[in-house]
Amino acid sequence: MNRGSERSVMPQMKQQLSKQVKRAMALGAALVAMLADKSVLASTLMPPAVTKTAGEVDDIYIFLLVSSLISFIILIGGMIYFVVKYQRRSATDKTAYITHDHRLEFAWSFIPLVIFMFVFAWGWKVYHDMRAFPENALEVHVMAKKWDWRFLYKNGKEVTSALDAKNERVPATMVVPVNRPVKLIMASEKISANSTDPSDRPVLHSFYIPAMRIKQDVVPGRYTALWFEAEKEGDYWVFCTEYCGAGHSAMKAKLKVVSNEEFEKWLSAEGGGEMSLADVGRGLFGSQACIGCHSLDGSRLVGPSFKGLFGAKAHKVEGSSVDVNEEYIRESILNPNAKVAAGYPPGVMPAYAGQLSDEQILALIEFIKTVK
Amino acid sequence: MASGSTASAAHHDHNYLNHEKGLWSWLTTLDHKRIGILYFITVALFFLVGGIFALLIRTELFSSGQTIMTADDYTRSMTYHGAIMVFFVIIPGIPAFLGNFFLPMQIGAKDVAFPRLNLLSWYCLIGGAAVALTSLAFGGADTGWTFYTPYSISMKPAVIWMVMGAFIAGFSSILTGLNFVVTTHKLRAPGMTMNRIPLFVWALYSTAIIQVLATPVLAITLLLLAAENIFGIGFFDPALGGDPVLFQHFFWFYSHPAVYIMILPAFGVISELITAFSRKTIFGYTAIAYSSLAIAAVSFFVWGHHMFVSGQSEWAGVVFSFLTMLVGVPTAIKLFNWMATLYKGSINLSAPMLYALGFMFLFTIGGVTGIFLATIATDVHFHDTYFVVAHFHYVMVGGTLMAIMGGIFYWFPKMFGKLVNDTVARWSFFFIFMGFNVTFFPQFVLGSMGMPRRYFDYLPEYEYLNQLSTIGAYMIGIGFVIGGWAVIQGLLNGKPSGPNPWGAKTLEWTTASPPPHENFIQQPIVTAGPYEYR
Repeated sequence: MNRGSERSVMPQMKQQLSKQVKRAMALGAALVAMLADKSVLASTLMPPAVTKTAGEVDDIYIFLLVSSLISFIILIGGMIYFVVKYQRRSATDKTAYITHDHRLEFAWSFIPLVIFMFVFAWGWKVYHDMRAFPENALEVHVMAKKWDWRFLYKNGKEVTSALDAKNERVPATMVVPVNRPVKLIMASEKISANSTDPSDRPVLHSFYIPAMRIKQDVVPGRYTALWFEAEKEGDYWVFCTEYCGAGHSAMKAKLKVVSNEEFEKWLSAEGGGEMSLADVGRGLFGSQACIGCHSLDGSRLVGPSFKGLFGAKAHKVEGSSVDVNEEYIRESILNPNAKVAAGYPPGVMPAYAGQLSDEQILALIEFIKTVK
Repeated sequence: MASGSTASAAHHDHNYLNHEKGLWSWLTTLDHKRIGILYFITVALFFLVGGIFALLIRTELFSSGQTIMTADDYTRSMTYHGAIMVFFVIIPGIPAFLGNFFLPMQIGAKDVAFPRLNLLSWYCLIGGAAVALTSLAFGGADTGWTFYTPYSISMKPAVIWMVMGAFIAGFSSILTGLNFVVTTHKLRAPGMTMNRIPLFVWALYSTAIIQVLATPVLAITLLLLAAENIFGIGFFDPALGGDPVLFQHFFWFYSHPAVYIMILPAFGVISELITAFSRKTIFGYTAIAYSSLAIAAVSFFVWGHHMFVSGQSEWAGVVFSFLTMLVGVPTAIKLFNWMATLYKGSINLSAPMLYALGFMFLFTIGGVTGIFLATIATDVHFHDTYFVVAHFHYVMVGGTLMAIMGGIFYWFPKMFGKLVNDTVARWSFFFIFMGFNVTFFPQFVLGSMGMPRRYFDYLPEYEYLNQLSTIGAYMIGIGFVIGGWAVIQGLLNGKPSGPNPWGAKTLEWTTASPPPHENFIQQPIVTAGPYEYR
């Protein structure tokens, strides 16, 4: 290409260019400042964050947004600049023959790697907090089915959706206290507990509170859990985010965060406190004949005692050890031979799969939790 | 199209289009070029069907509440859009169509190593599609293209037909991959060493390795799913002792590498376009070639990033997040290399180049938003929201489809010996590019706000952005209609192109357009690299 004629216009071009670069940089700085202002971000892009964790997620989000914007400007700005500057002038243009440049290539491999490793570690740290369940959390059982949520509190209170006068579904409202950790123990159930229709089986759902930036799949055949601590009173949406059929988008619930006093008042009103889950479990402990083999005082009968069992770490079972949590108790009721307590013979306890409803199993678990 | 182009090409010399005549000669052809054209027609038809489903989805979502269809029809539209676009458009799109046509030509071969398998692969795709679409006669599948269990094991025959269709189509992919690996190793022209093969071939070669190694895993998974549906065996049903999450592991063990089956060939096309239209040698040939291989290798170990909230352990999540970040590096390398190739080039902004630059623009957005999803804490918020929908459309449509369009307009003169009207082709780019951003950029915001994907209905506060998105979808539709028109117009009335209208350097441009039956009159001897613009 004939670069001679270009040289004469170069100073003028350079001046113009530097003006434009300055202007672009000022604009970029303003944009970055705007993005970095969390309140602006919160009100435009994300629902307001109402937990500490959500605030931390937003910090990563902002970092990623700003660094993405910068990378985009470098890459696409560079691309556009080169396309404008090196437009074809004639069919016989000569071009530079540049095959590689090790320093440049190292830079654009290594710098992204460092940034990626940094956000990886940061994301891990925040995720670790999401998965570290506080000991003293208020526990609520969440039951998901096609296509509705319901919530069971330990004192026996149950919240479900309802139909209003116009026959439209009013979502269930889970009420929780502000500034207190809440742990959700979630399970998937059939549409109708005693249906024999093979197509009515529990399916995957996912419990998602956008305002808290948390989400967890609800998986048939096991318990999954989530926790949060709301810092602001208010009403928030709960969505199902794992596709579960035609009613997927209608599968919503409300989360109402209230003061502690209001919560306690709500919890004991209307159906609360009459028969707690643990009370129901105590009844089943007798009626299902658990009592014949499992003591409550630590003494050894046919099977291990329930005293102090729940929450035990590294509980010895045949061949390995487990932490005793909801999942282990559930498995041991439904399929007792899966993990037999060390020192006890296998094959003694009958399997209760199909004998107990999901709710009865929950009640037994809550009862075993109370045997300290 | 077959007979039309044969007739109009008759005044040229002897070439692959007029070598044999009649529909039967096409249906039994062993010529890689003709099989490529068969794939072109097939993929274009499926793209039309998948695109119509896309427009139905966007029309339904124009306003909250029911707009044009019931929730049942919506879930089916969404399933067919996804399954058709993934299994019958994007996966065969570049390798089986452009790759089939140009891989042998770019390495100076007469054909692929196994021409009969090549034809069989096309029949597998057609057979798979026929079986998959039979599901419509059974009320239609409504599982989404991911077939997650236990929802998909409810004894619905439509799901079984759909799954078996994808199973059969998978063999098309395996056979094509096998053919490409062997062809690249065994049929290169004298002097065509591995570091002289064009980057499009490198990309196809890396893709072929994934196709051969990963697709069988999907095949087995789909077979298990069908067996579970038909016989109630209980691999994935917890009521029978199975594990529904196991299905997700199996599925993504294929389907994440499959994402690279979809995008790696696009990288190859872009490397060809950027060099040809800058008339400049590629910057970092080795880096681009080996980053394709690196991506192919690492892609097998990142599947769990689809499952951060599935109930897998925290440690599994952390390891998958880490490995996913590693895939980001070779991807970034390619973008920088293409940008550096433009430096001091002689840039021609014809339609294929506009598509390549559009690819860089959109793929960069798709790439950086991938980091949002690879970062485990932010993914918990974005998982299964519109943010994910926007991200993978930026990669798969903004990436792969832009590359297919660019590739079609780039190689059209070689395939048919005729020129496409560049102005019309540029207009198609304008509408697709603008429409694409109008459609999918708002979806990033919707996802950030928390709107879940696969939703038939949404909160009123999401309506404005959804309307914008729907308008964009129609713009994309118009763009593809214009693009289709440019192709048809080129076929019917295109001016003769001559052998090398772009002045490109790879081997396929050294022979006549359209190429003769066995590609080259004389065996090419290679003495230099693929992009010797000096």
